[in-house]
Amino acid sequence: MTPAVEVVRVARRFGRVQALAGIDLTVAPGEFFGLLGPNGAGKTTLISVLAGLVRPDGGTARIMGHDVTTGYREARRALGVVPQELVLDPFFTVRETLAIQSGYFGLARNDDWIDEILHHLDLTAKANANMRSLSGGMKRRVLVAQALVHRPPVIVLDEPTAGVDVELRQHLWSFIRKLNADGHTIILTTHYLEEAEALCARIAMMKAGRIVALDTTQNLLSRFAGLTVRLGAARVPLAWQPRVLRHEGSVHFIGLDRYDELEDLLRALRVEGVAIDELALEETDLEQVFLRLVGRGVDAGADAAAGRGAGGAS
Amino acid sequence: MTTLRGGWRTLLYKELLRFWKVSFQTIAAPVLTALLYLLIFSHVLEAHVAVFDGRVRYTAFLIPGLVMMSVLQNSFANSSSSLIQSKINGNIIFVLLPPLSPLDLYVAYVAGAMVRGLVVGLGVFAITVWFEPSTLFLANPGWVLAFALLGSCILATMGLIAGIWADKFDQLAAFQNFIIVPATFLSGVFYSIKSLPPFWQALSHANPFFYMIDGFRYGFFGLSDVPPLGSLLVVGAFCLALMLAALALLKSGWKLRS
Repeated sequence: MTPAVEVVRVARRFGRVQALAGIDLTVAPGEFFGLLGPNGAGKTTLISVLAGLVRPDGGTARIMGHDVTTGYREARRALGVVPQELVLDPFFTVRETLAIQSGYFGLARNDDWIDEILHHLDLTAKANANMRSLSGGMKRRVLVAQALVHRPPVIVLDEPTAGVDVELRQHLWSFIRKLNADGHTIILTTHYLEEAEALCARIAMMKAGRIVALDTTQNLLSRFAGLTVRLGAARVPLAWQPRVLRHEGSVHFIGLDRYDELEDLLRALRVEGVAIDELALEETDLEQVFLRLVGRGVDAGADAAAGRGAGGAS
Repeated sequence: MTTLRGGWRTLLYKELLRFWKVSFQTIAAPVLTALLYLLIFSHVLEAHVAVFDGRVRYTAFLIPGLVMMSVLQNSFANSSSSLIQSKINGNIIFVLLPPLSPLDLYVAYVAGAMVRGLVVGLGVFAITVWFEPSTLFLANPGWVLAFALLGSCILATMGLIAGIWADKFDQLAAFQNFIIVPATFLSGVFYSIKSLPPFWQALSHANPFFYMIDGFRYGFFGLSDVPPLGSLLVVGAFCLALMLAALALLKSGWKLRS
């Protein structure tokens, strides 16, 4: 079967930043696939390569078997992209925007499908409102609608729920789930890990232009099965410092592989005379996996700085 | 790679709708500006300037110049402002994601800009002709049409290139104010270059805008500073060169696709 998305050794450099360092990725038709990673990891660059907005320095990318460069017409017809930025054309109404977007794909009469999308995205009442007059959440829904006008088999959503309220987020996800159930391949990038955990059957985690983990969500969770100790203390015993996942003030999150390691940790604390202010055990969730893979020992500040450094590439 | 398919028609429609929705600013305003030029210059100069050895009244001479100037400036303004606005708003992405070829993009943006330029030109003519009804009787309508089409195509293409190149509104304003406006003003809109000193006459011959306006004016009066066929060749070659350059830029994805 032709893969929905096939990326082979795709590389791209922006100045001194290696935004993509040889990505290999295959997504099967009908998958609900998650692309996770910190800011600057290369998620948006990878999506932009698929969309033909960024040209790779090397490697190939195909959508439904069509090369994004040599077969760009077919590739773009097979792909719907919901961009991360909240962009709109202020000259037009919602319906005009969708009719024009349909026309770009050569679809002159698309009113029935446009009506259906408007209905599903709860935009029917705003169909004749000017784009400028919409709230942020409505603009986001129009972006989703625009990506769907040509009924693409592959839909890419680049952080579609950033800055969207909880109610709309739920509504949007039930619609995307429905599209997936109807056979559309969904590729999602998100910062909300619980969202990826709940929706995506398979996940790729990116860091600094590379894929550092690629597996089913279940396997990722079980591969990193283990525990996280939430330890409130002035410091962490020296030998345990490499195991620290992150800090929140004087609260340290330490990864354990097995329960019996807890005893070792407690012994180390006793030997070094470190007083325990707080201690709790947490089961692994996607966030723990994510932090182990991409953020081990990196605190939030350094992560944000790394994101800024490569921000131009995303 | 560069065959024309359906999507360009929608982009052209969008381009037309874009300026039509703000037609007071995009059509009425430039018509008024041209009318003011006519009122002021014809009032001041009618009695003092003889053109084509006195065979054409200055006001009559001025009308085709103003019409063509309006066509050129508005063709440029349309494609350049549409692109820069889309780039700055970020909504250029809606044009880049669909399967539109470089030729689709070129034809739609340029045809949209040509329509704007020609509509403004017609508007200017419809108002100014009342001041000199004799200009209604075109000596050679075919030449009028040919130069109007070529001139608007050239400026629409220049606007497309400038719009792709510019990252900010002020860069585009600089392109317009320091290249397009001087080139149109110094091309014989307001005077016959025969009235200029030899040095400036020679310099005018290096200005492609001069041939557009001189050839266009030939269509009105059957009189021109240089033979119209030569002008047509110069203007046609210039148009072709710009078209190829613009298509090559679109194909390369320069400043649009990184």
